[in-house]
Amino acid sequence: MGEVLSAMIVVVIEVQNLVKRFSTFTAVNDISFTVGKGEIFAFLGPNGAGKSTTIKMLTTLLRPDSGSLRIDGIDLATDPNEVRKRFGIVFQDPSLDGELTAEENMDIHGVFYHVPTKIRVERTSELLKLFGLWEKRKDIVKMFSGGMKRRLEIARAFLHTPKVLFLDEPTLGLDPQTRNQLWTLVKQINETDQVTVFLTTHYMDEADKVAQRIAIIDGGKIAAQGTSQELQAQTGKTSLEEAYLALTGSSIRDESANTSADQLKQMAKLWGGNRR
Amino acid sequence: MIAVIHALWLRELKRYMRSRVQIVAALGQPVLYLLALGFGLGPVFQKAGEGNYIQFVAPGIIAMTVLFSSVFSGMGLLWDRQFGFLRETLVAPVPRIQIMFGRTLGAATVATCQGMLVAVIAFLAGFRVSSPVALLAGIGVVLLIALLFSALGTAVGSALENMQGFQIVMNFVVMPLFFLSGALFPLTNLPLAMNIATRLDPFAYGVDALRTVLIGVTHFGLALDLAVLFVGTVILLWIGSRLFARIQV
Ligand SMILES: Nc1ncnc2c1ncn2[C@@H]1O[C@H](COP(=O)(O)OP(=O)(O)O)[C@@H](O)[C@H]1O
Ligand SMILES: [Mg+2]
Repeated sequence: MGEVLSAMIVVVIEVQNLVKRFSTFTAVNDISFTVGKGEIFAFLGPNGAGKSTTIKMLTTLLRPDSGSLRIDGIDLATDPNEVRKRFGIVFQDPSLDGELTAEENMDIHGVFYHVPTKIRVERTSELLKLFGLWEKRKDIVKMFSGGMKRRLEIARAFLHTPKVLFLDEPTLGLDPQTRNQLWTLVKQINETDQVTVFLTTHYMDEADKVAQRIAIIDGGKIAAQGTSQELQAQTGKTSLEEAYLALTGSSIRDESANTSADQLKQMAKLWGGNRR
Repeated sequence: MIAVIHALWLRELKRYMRSRVQIVAALGQPVLYLLALGFGLGPVFQKAGEGNYIQFVAPGIIAMTVLFSSVFSGMGLLWDRQFGFLRETLVAPVPRIQIMFGRTLGAATVATCQGMLVAVIAFLAGFRVSSPVALLAGIGVVLLIALLFSALGTAVGSALENMQGFQIVMNFVVMPLFFLSGALFPLTNLPLAMNIATRLDPFAYGVDALRTVLIGVTHFGLALDLAVLFVGTVILLWIGSRLFARIQV
């Protein structure tokens, strides 16, 4: 179990001096933060800020250059598999098997996470109905539209109940109905099962509405963290959006530099196949 | 544990069964080899006093099919990287060796099916085995060859980052394995360098094992053949799971 931070809060995610470089470029630059049990915590930042890179390190997909990461008190560097048992994730990028049907994608996930068959079947039908995919459950996923694939990714993440749920820009490309369903579901498992939620977004309103605590990240560094009110008070503004702009506005040049780096990366991907 | 391995095995099988076009396309090359070489080199082979070339070359072509198909399916890992499913596999709370084993078993099963299809075609071209028991033993040997080279495919797939490496592996690993194996010619009376090279080629032992059980002609001896196949598979599975655990996406 995580150590006790104050009288009541048990730390579930603990990040200390985390650094990740891609050759000479530092994508995550010495960040530290903690997330308490049952908390909903949001990473808010522009494209290229380092949000996904942080999530990839937290979910064992990337190894940090330095710093330490603990989930539920377990060090990711020493026992990644124990950590994997404790989290669920919706990736920013696709992660479905396009050659399988929607139902088969759910099933294989259930097997990976040792969900008992009876529960798996029940939950699968509930979730596929909730996200409007029930009629399409026997269809091969590669024929799905972008929105349907995204909905399936999200439905799949709720098949097992993890201690920590990572959501990396989960609402990107979703219609308002599905957004609403997603956040309702997130709040529900957060309240009933005490699931800790770590999400990234660049939509202020979402962060403001669902997250109890927000960290604003820009250029690989955390510019500020606290509740929405605290961030507003700190900057002397009256909305999260204004506070965000006040905190990240000074680095617009860095931001656009990152964005063009992003575009270069996209180009490289297009021409050079799949780069790390 | 069994559930995860079974699920990954089944996944490979479903993907295979759903790609009918690919199944047929992949049969083109072995059929061409079988017919062109079988009937083209047949007379020369006969004159040299080596007997019926179709009988000799059919096990080699079946083994070749299994080799190519195994490596190809094993390297399916690269497609998973491209299309993203690899992420889902990598975050799964499952020991890496189970993932490797499930994938490898699946790829090996697919390759065995492909090999059996070519065996049927070889039969139509006039290839005959000594007995039904030989046929069963042949399927066992095919499965062993498939396991070894599926494990190789998954290991290589874990080490590479994109499809660009695929051609290099095909040209500089798989083709030499094939041409040095004695799949197409007898390993007797070879020049010294060639002799050494064939002894270092694990696929040569697979071809020899298959020829031994199917037509009763052996070069290395069945015991050595099986030992090489078995030990090779274990080593490659182990290396593969180490490489797999190091993947970053
Ligand atoms: N594999 C990679 N190789 C090189 N640069 C990368 C790689 N992944 C991310 N980056 C760069 O790191 C920065 C942060 O990326 P990311 O964490 O994806 O940002 P965000 O999720 O906040 O939009 C970007 O500038 C991006 O181009
Ligand atoms: Mg991102």
